[in-house]
Amino acid sequence: MAHHVRTDYGDSDPLFPSKAAVFWYAVLIAGLIAAPYLLESYYLSQLVFIMIYAIVGVALNILSGQAGQVSIGHAAFLAIGAYFTAVAQKYGLPLVLYLPLAGVFTGIAGYLVGLPALRLHGIYLAIATLAFAFIVEEIIARWESVTNGNEGLMLPPPSLFGLKLGTEGFYYLCLLVTVLVVLAAINIIRSSTGRSFMALRDSETAARSMGIDTARYKTTAFALSAGITGIAGALYAHKMSFISPEMFSLSVSIDFVMIIIIGGLVSLRGAVFGAIFMIMADPLLIILKDQLPLWADMVTHGLYLPDSVNQAVQAGVSRVVNAPGLKSLIFGIIIIVFIIYEPLGLDGRWQRVKAYFKQFPLARQRSARPPRMFLKSERR
Amino acid sequence: MTFFDVKNLTVKFGGLTAVDNVSFGINEGEVFTIIGPNGAGKTTLFNLISRLYTPSAGQIIFRDEDVTRLSAQQIAGRGIARTFQNIELFESASTLQNLLVGRHRHSTTRTWQDILRTRKVREEEVAHRRAAEEVMDVLRLQRYRDTTIGNLPYGVRKVIEVARALCVGPTLLLLDEPSSGLNVEETNAMAEWILEINRRLRVTVLMVEHDMSLVSRVSDRVLALNYGKMMALGTAAEVQGHPDVIAAYLGA
Repeated sequence: MAHHVRTDYGDSDPLFPSKAAVFWYAVLIAGLIAAPYLLESYYLSQLVFIMIYAIVGVALNILSGQAGQVSIGHAAFLAIGAYFTAVAQKYGLPLVLYLPLAGVFTGIAGYLVGLPALRLHGIYLAIATLAFAFIVEEIIARWESVTNGNEGLMLPPPSLFGLKLGTEGFYYLCLLVTVLVVLAAINIIRSSTGRSFMALRDSETAARSMGIDTARYKTTAFALSAGITGIAGALYAHKMSFISPEMFSLSVSIDFVMIIIIGGLVSLRGAVFGAIFMIMADPLLIILKDQLPLWADMVTHGLYLPDSVNQAVQAGVSRVVNAPGLKSLIFGIIIIVFIIYEPLGLDGRWQRVKAYFKQFPLARQRSARPPRMFLKSERR
Repeated sequence: MTFFDVKNLTVKFGGLTAVDNVSFGINEGEVFTIIGPNGAGKTTLFNLISRLYTPSAGQIIFRDEDVTRLSAQQIAGRGIARTFQNIELFESASTLQNLLVGRHRHSTTRTWQDILRTRKVREEEVAHRRAAEEVMDVLRLQRYRDTTIGNLPYGVRKVIEVARALCVGPTLLLLDEPSSGLNVEETNAMAEWILEINRRLRVTVLMVEHDMSLVSRVSDRVLALNYGKMMALGTAAEVQGHPDVIAAYLGA
């Protein structure tokens, strides 16, 4: 196994753990920069969605993964960022101004939501954030003079310094924002603020006895997380070029929670993995939906079953794949499987695969058994 | 100057008076131990001093300042650090990170500076790291530096908790049953460390302890509590020989 020898406290928590990591991240960035020239427009568009979801994933990682506070209302922050963008653009603000302002504005909203969090824990906090999401959705639907109610708002394409951003231009904007957000998140996590978040998550009593102002850090976590989600909301509004209240419903909030559960709560990499999974699951399911009847046909023909059986199988398969709510069912099963068998998410799986190759041929199943994890709320 | 004084401290939980009119003073530089049977109110007294509980009546004076109404986090800021009887470490983090959390009161950077990782943040990080390493040197914890707390045995965790409290840079260190759950060797090591912390690092120690051999080895003075009331105050030998204390423990 490789060990990194360090000789200076200054680099005790470096951005990249090794030279190899620098190389691979450079390859990744180069690939992402080249993507518009390599990928079809459909996949480029999916990539933009992945980046927006990854930003939200990072935001939720800070709040839930680092600071241990639950939120199932993050769609509301996305909505606030999106509507702020739409309105700011209507009044002629430039993108360089309203994009960060969307973050600041949503951050303030997040701070306000964080205030009740000072008194609530676990499931109660989850319900409070859920209620907040409903309230925001309702306000957006009713406040017609600003939001145009249920009819929604159209957004003109974004422009930067007077230049209209095309598909590629917008892609690069998203890439830049994603990289900056991830860097900011890494810096938070390896700083005193990040350690205070961790202290909040693991033991509030001990945190207070170490001089950590728990109230301040809880609201900070909410504000930061909301702010980052607000920036994602700004990008989302431009990506969709049309926003309406039902685009920010409960199911979107649940999607966001799934990002970090499937990706892995403990690391930022998990947020990115989760985003990739959530965005790419849809097209994969559609492909599966088209292919499954054909495969069933091949199997029944291969077995020389009588025509009546064949038709019955076909009918059954098409009924299953066209059933409403199938996607939710599959996602539900996936979540259950992850919680039981891989509580550390896709990132945990990735770490284990890496460890296997590092230790090869000495790796053993038992050396990588996932730790038992209990919800913090169970202890209260 | 009054270093540390508790005056007529009382706390009531409903009809139960857990700490009843307790008064004592601690001199700078001594090791002061509180003993008493189970349920005597020792840990409650600790929680009152570290302000996790709010007293119903009475006063706590630390270095001429009334700290009775300060919040728990402000108490730590004044230089009073504590450990817990049932270990309250940050279990999913490494030893080093736990110690760095202890350095919280020495960090002056604001959140936006942390986000940008300005030069000030980087310089402070190095200072925190150096301080944490120095504490690890004293308590010989280097080999556990990057191990997650959840993977460490109980005895080691107990020492790490002391280390984390030392990282706060305390003038008064509260140790809640430092030897509970430790075997004989570990208890001996703990006694050595308490003396080292007291003599070499010049930290005043207030502790709750059951192990009388440890108590008599390290304490300058001992206070015995029973049912929240003070029974005896003096040297370890004096308190151990006090008729009320013998009665409370043996049930005579």
